[in-house]
Amino acid sequence: MPTSYSDLLREARSQVREVSALEADLIRQGGDALIVDVREDAEWEQGHLPGALHISKSYIEMQIEAAAPDRDRPLVLYCAGGIRSLLAGQALQALGYTDVVSMAGGFQAWKTQGLPWSAPVLLSAEQKQRYSRHLLIPEVGLEGQVRLLGSKVLFIGAGGLGSPAMLYLAAAGVGTIGIVDFDIVDLSNLQRQIVHTTERIGEKKVDSARRTILALNPEINVVGHEEMLVADNVARIIAGYDVIVDGTDTFETRYLLNDAAVAANIPVVHASVFRFEGQLTVFQPYVGPCYRCLYPTPPPPELAPGCSVAGVLGVVPGIMGMLQANETIKLLLGIGDSLAGRLLLFDALDATFSELRLRRDPACPVCSDAAVEARRAGRPLAVAAVGDGGTFALGGRGLGSPVGLASQAGLDGPAGLGSVGSIGSAS
Amino acid sequence: MSAIRIPPVLRANVGGAKQVEVEGATVGELLSGLVAAHPGLRDQLLTPDGELNRFVNVYLNDQDVRYLQNGATPVDPRDTLIILPAMAGGAGSFCGRASFRGAVGCGAASTRGAVARRARD
Repeated sequence: MPTSYSDLLREARSQVREVSALEADLIRQGGDALIVDVREDAEWEQGHLPGALHISKSYIEMQIEAAAPDRDRPLVLYCAGGIRSLLAGQALQALGYTDVVSMAGGFQAWKTQGLPWSAPVLLSAEQKQRYSRHLLIPEVGLEGQVRLLGSKVLFIGAGGLGSPAMLYLAAAGVGTIGIVDFDIVDLSNLQRQIVHTTERIGEKKVDSARRTILALNPEINVVGHEEMLVADNVARIIAGYDVIVDGTDTFETRYLLNDAAVAANIPVVHASVFRFEGQLTVFQPYVGPCYRCLYPTPPPPELAPGCSVAGVLGVVPGIMGMLQANETIKLLLGIGDSLAGRLLLFDALDATFSELRLRRDPACPVCSDAAVEARRAGRPLAVAAVGDGGTFALGGRGLGSPVGLASQAGLDGPAGLGSVGSIGSAS
Repeated sequence: MSAIRIPPVLRANVGGAKQVEVEGATVGELLSGLVAAHPGLRDQLLTPDGELNRFVNVYLNDQDVRYLQNGATPVDPRDTLIILPAMAGGAGSFCGRASFRGAVGCGAASTRGAVARRARD
C-alpha cells in the first residue's frame, strides 16, 4: 500500500505507461486511439487537443464505458501536467482497459511542443444554462453548440412544416434563421401553423414568425425574405445558408429550389404532407439523389390541379416538420445517418413509418457528374420543362396564370428559367 | 395476390382504399391489373401509349423498380408494390382529384415495354 503521495505516484507510473506529447500526437494521427481529456470543465474550455473527448477525472469510471465500449481500444489520457491522467489511467486499468497511456507533461507539454490544439470556444453563462441539455450530450457538447450558433438555416415557407421546425431550431440555438414567405397569417393557418397566433391574423408571416422565435430565443438572428422565390432571386436568397428546409407547395418552386441548391451545394431537407400522411427525405447534393433524380418532370396540370381542399391533420406537418428539424441539426453537426437516399413515409392513422431507397440518377441533368462538368464548362445541360409543353399552371395559391419555363434553362444562369414560382406556406 | 399501396392522392380512384390486392407475376402485370380494375388510375399512372408516367415512381418493397428489372421484375405474393407520384406537397394546395381524359385499359405488354424502356442501368 502506498503511504504517501510520492508512493502513490510511483506506483501509478509503474503501472501506466507514459508517452511524450510527440508520441501522443503520432498515436492521435493514427486514428484508432481515443484521446481523453480528464481535466475539469473550466480547463477544457480554455482549449484542448483536436478531436479529444472530455471526461473529467471525477467521472472517468462512470462515463468511459459509454465512450469506449471496447476494452482493447487504445486510450491516450491527458490532463494539464500529467499527474491526474496517470491516476485516471490506473482507474481505467482496474476497469479492464488494456491499452491505456498517459501523456507526460499534459496539455502544457503539448502546447510547448507547438502541436495543434483547438482554440477555446466560450459560451456565456446564460448560454451554458440555456443549452445545458445539449452540452451534456457528447455528440453535441460545447463544440456542437458553438457550431449550431454559427449556423444558418433557410426556411422556404413559415407554414405547417416550417412552424415546428423553426421553433425547434431556434430553441436549439441555430444562430441565423432565414424565412422566405410573402404570405400573411390567415385564420385557416392556425390549425397547424403554430409559429403564428390568433392575434396576428393579417400580419405578415415573416414578422409573426420572427416575434415567436425571438420570444423563445432572443439571440437568434431572423432574416426575412418577403419575396417570391423566382429564377431571378433564388441563387441570391439561398447563398450562404448551410441547410434549406423545404416547405414549398408548388412544383415550380420545388424544381427551382432543387436546381439552385444543387448548384450551390446546399442540402435541402424536404417534406410534404397530405391528410394523414407525410414523406421526408434529405436532398444532399452529390451524396444522395436530387429531386430531379426522382421526378425529372412534374405532372401536367390536368393531373395535378391546384386544390385548396386537400386538407391535412394538423399534427402531421407538425411531426414531419420536427423530423425536418432533426435532420437539419444532424446535417449541421455532422452526426448520425441522414435521410439522404432514403424516403421516410409516415402514416398517422396506422402510426407507422416505412422507408424507401432512393437512388441518384446517373443521367440526372442537374446532379450527375456530366451535369457538374457541363456547368463548369459554362454549358449546363438542358433540364426538363416544368409541365409538358413548357407551360404549367401554378397549383394552390399560385398566380392564377400558366407560366412558361424555358426548357434550356441552366443552373448557373437561373435567370434563363423565365419562370415564376410562388412560395406559399400552406402546408 | 400481391398488395399495391395506393398513395393518399390517388385513393379516390380506388374507392378510398389504402391498399389493393392484384394478381400478377411481374411488376408490369400488377400495374396492368391495377389499371384494369381501376380505370380511373390509368391516366395518373400511364401515358396514352401505356408507358409509366415520368412523374410516378413505383417501388417493389423498398426498391425503385427502375433499378430492378423494371416491368419485368418478378413479384412474389408477399411483396408490396408502392406507387409514389410527385406531390406538390402543400396540404392546402395540392389535391389528388385528377381530371381524367380517358379510362382506357392497358395491356400487360405495353406496360412492361414502357417500364423497360426506361431502364437506366
